[in-house]
Parts: sequence; C-alpha cells; structure tokens
Amino acid sequence: MTLVTRSATPKRGIYRPSADLVPKVLAGSRPDIARMISRAEAGYDEASDALAALYRHAGRAHVIGVTGVPGGGKSSLISALIRAYSGDSHKVAVVAVDPSSPYSGGAILGDRIRMGDSAEAQQAFVRSMATRGYLGGLARATLQAVDVLDAAGYSPIFIETVGVGQDEVEVVTAAHTVVVLSPPGLGDDIQAIKAGVTEIADIHVVSKGDKPDAAATASALRGMMSLTPLGRPSEWETPILTLSVATGDGILDLKQCLDSHHAHLVTSGELALRQRSISRTRVLATLNHLLRREFDENTTNLAAHLQAVADRSSDPMTAALALLGLNRMEAKP
Amino acid sequence: MTVERDRMPGSENLSNTPRIRVLVAKLGLDGHDRGAKVVARILRDAGMEVIYSGLYKTPAQILEAAIQEDVDVIGVSLLSGSHVPLFAALGSLLRDQQADHILLVAGGVIPEQDYDALMNSGVDVIVPQEARSDVIVSAIRDLVDARGRI
Repeated sequence: MTLVTRSATPKRGIYRPSADLVPKVLAGSRPDIARMISRAEAGYDEASDALAALYRHAGRAHVIGVTGVPGGGKSSLISALIRAYSGDSHKVAVVAVDPSSPYSGGAILGDRIRMGDSAEAQQAFVRSMATRGYLGGLARATLQAVDVLDAAGYSPIFIETVGVGQDEVEVVTAAHTVVVLSPPGLGDDIQAIKAGVTEIADIHVVSKGDKPDAAATASALRGMMSLTPLGRPSEWETPILTLSVATGDGILDLKQCLDSHHAHLVTSGELALRQRSISRTRVLATLNHLLRREFDENTTNLAAHLQAVADRSSDPMTAALALLGLNRMEAKP
Repeated sequence: MTVERDRMPGSENLSNTPRIRVLVAKLGLDGHDRGAKVVARILRDAGMEVIYSGLYKTPAQILEAAIQEDVDVIGVSLLSGSHVPLFAALGSLLRDQQADHILLVAGGVIPEQDYDALMNSGVDVIVPQEARSDVIVSAIRDLVDARGRI
C-alpha cells in the first residue's frame, strides 16, 4: 500500500534574507532565532554578515558547559537547572549536541525528551544540534548558536556536549564555566586520576546521588583533587557536589555554585582571559574550516592520491604535500 | 547496510549541507512508541536529523518544539484513536503561528474513513502501517524539495 498524499497544492517555503532576521532575533522572536541557528549550521555564505552583526551584540550571557559520559545525566541535570533559573526570571537557553552518524550523516537528537515538560521549560529555548562530523564534543556551529541566543538576551546558556569519552575537552574553550558530571559506578579511582576530561572542571558534579555508589565516586574525585596540582592555576577551588535530579537534592547548591563561579570570573579578571581563549579557538577553528573548504573546492585529484597511498606507491606525507602543490617539506635549520 | 567508510568523521560530506530535520512526535495519551522509534531510526539512516519528542505531548508543546528546532517535518505517530481532534488542533496551531511551512506527516493506526478529515486539518502525507521504509523516506525528501529552502 502506498502513501496517501494531499491532492491540494503542496506547501511552499519562503526564503527570507538573513539580514531581515537580525532585528527579529534581537527582539527575541523565537522562530527567527531558530531559523538563524539553522543558517549557521548549514554554513550559508549568505548568513555570514548577519552572524557577524549578531556576534557584536552578544557577550552578555553566562555560558555554562556541561559534559560527561553518555547516560551520565547531563540532560536531566540541565532540565533541573532550567527550573531553578526560571524561578529567578532568567531567560534560559540550551544548545544540546548529539552525534551524527558517520555513515548516513543522520542523527537521533534525544536530549530534548528530558527537557521539555515543565511550564518553565516551555519558556526556555532548547535547541538540539548534531555534530555533523565535527569532533571534540561540540558541533561546528555550537558557538554561533550561542551567539544568536546571547544576542537575543538569553542567560545563562547551557552547552550540553555529546556524551564524552576521556579526551573531548573542547568545551573548556567554549564555555565560561565547565561542569563535569560523573555518575557513580563507572570504574575505580584510577579513572579519576587520568588526564583529560576530569581535569577541565570548574565544578565537579557526582550525579545520581541517590545511588549507593555516589559517595565512593565523590570520594575518588576528592582524592584526585587533593593530590594533583591544579591544571589551570586559579584562586577558584573546584568544588565537588553530589546531587540527585530524582530527589532534587543539591540542585540549588549547584545553582549557587554556578553563580559564585561567574562572580569569581568577573572579580578575578579571569573572565577576560577566558573570553580571549574562546576567541582564539573560534578564530582558529574558522580558519581551519575555510582552508578546508578552499581545499575541497579546488582539489580534483584527491581520489588518485588516496589510491596511490593505499597501493603503497605513495605515502601519506608525500600525497598531502602533493595536494598542497609542494614537493617536500622545507627543512627548518 | 553498506558501510561508506569514505564518510567517516572528518570527511567533508557531513558538514555544509542543509540536512532535513524531522520532529518525530507522540501526541496525547498514547504510550506506544515502538513504531515512532523505528521510523526515527529509518530516517536517521537516510541521513536526516531526527528529534524525538518523548511521550504524552500536547499540540502546543509539539508546536513549540518544532519552532525551536526549526524542523522541516513533524511526523506524528498516533495509535490511540484520537487522531482526528489532535491533528485538527495541531494543524490550526501551525497556521495560527505562521508555521505551516512545516510539513505534517501522520502515521500509526488511522482508518481510511478519517483520511479526508486529516487532510483538511493540514496533514500532507498519511503513512499506512504497511508502508515500506524507502517509500516513507522518498516521500519526505520529495515534499521538502517541493517546498524549497526556508
């Protein structure tokens, strides 16, 4: 049996120029905010002037990164924080990143399921975003989406990373405050002393605090924090909070902690340093993107080089140099 | 499934192309979402970005999610028998909020005598239970192509 399609005229879309969306985004119009984010994701050249204008209006929001393993409770925690902040008449926004399939390019974006139900959540702006092949725990357009929401007056803005492994730390150069979530029961205390994700936290959260192993996880983290010198020298002493979204215990403590971290960033002058490091990452990532695009548009003989490397009649370095139009690396004295 | 290893992360094919975004939604008092999840998976494997609403949503919640996520398509799966009033409510909300560029697809248990009522509410396609996955995918692609870029 085939599908039943409406016989009347099919729906038609109207493409409104991105420049027309800018004043509406600034006025807080939700459909226009959403459309602007889609344009940033698609990478339309037509949208770049509008995004540049919005960037200049942004910069007021407290941007909070939430990261941790898959299933650790990131979405549930953000959902609880939306409720906590909405009580203070904040306009809260979330950009939640989930992975794209490396094969089909498609994605299932499921973070919203845990965020959408309360009346407060209806006032918040929640946007799901697929990585589209971008590595590091975020999507290429994540921070452009944050700019759009920031310019529209949202704060705080939460960035939920993909469920991370041990080394996806890009969020540390994307957010002002980084919350690392560790659910109980995922391995012994050697996990807590490894390098990587556990080092980047401004606030450690042990999630699912109603589970029996939570105290052990918190204790392992405390042990790690007491032994290692701080990776990023700062007067901020990284707290370790145990909380439970199911019971509500600890949520308000975390909110207070987030607020006092923001106050610390402002008074210590570290906010400016972090803004600069975020800028550095963004400029270099954009540069990388433009160079890659230019390369893709101007390269026609990639397949031949790939085959030669596979056949071992060439090698990766020779092929890459040839694609750049070079014969060999100039040896530096 | 053929694995296209040239399309692994870092390959150019994933970025810089607008992707079809679909909100797969469950409306009203209807706790059966196996079908919705199967369809979500089919659309994912066809390269679409699928947002799943979760269960027991109201038409107003679905509209707000569709707007914030800027989806091209809302696919609603209904097995509760209340498809006629729920699609009427969702269709009129979409028109009221000038969001009727969003294509509306209906699936689940929908008797033939209700087809006209759903079409009049703004449903673009009805997917019978026997529909093949490739037919669903190409219908969505064709509708989005016909609608054009927004």
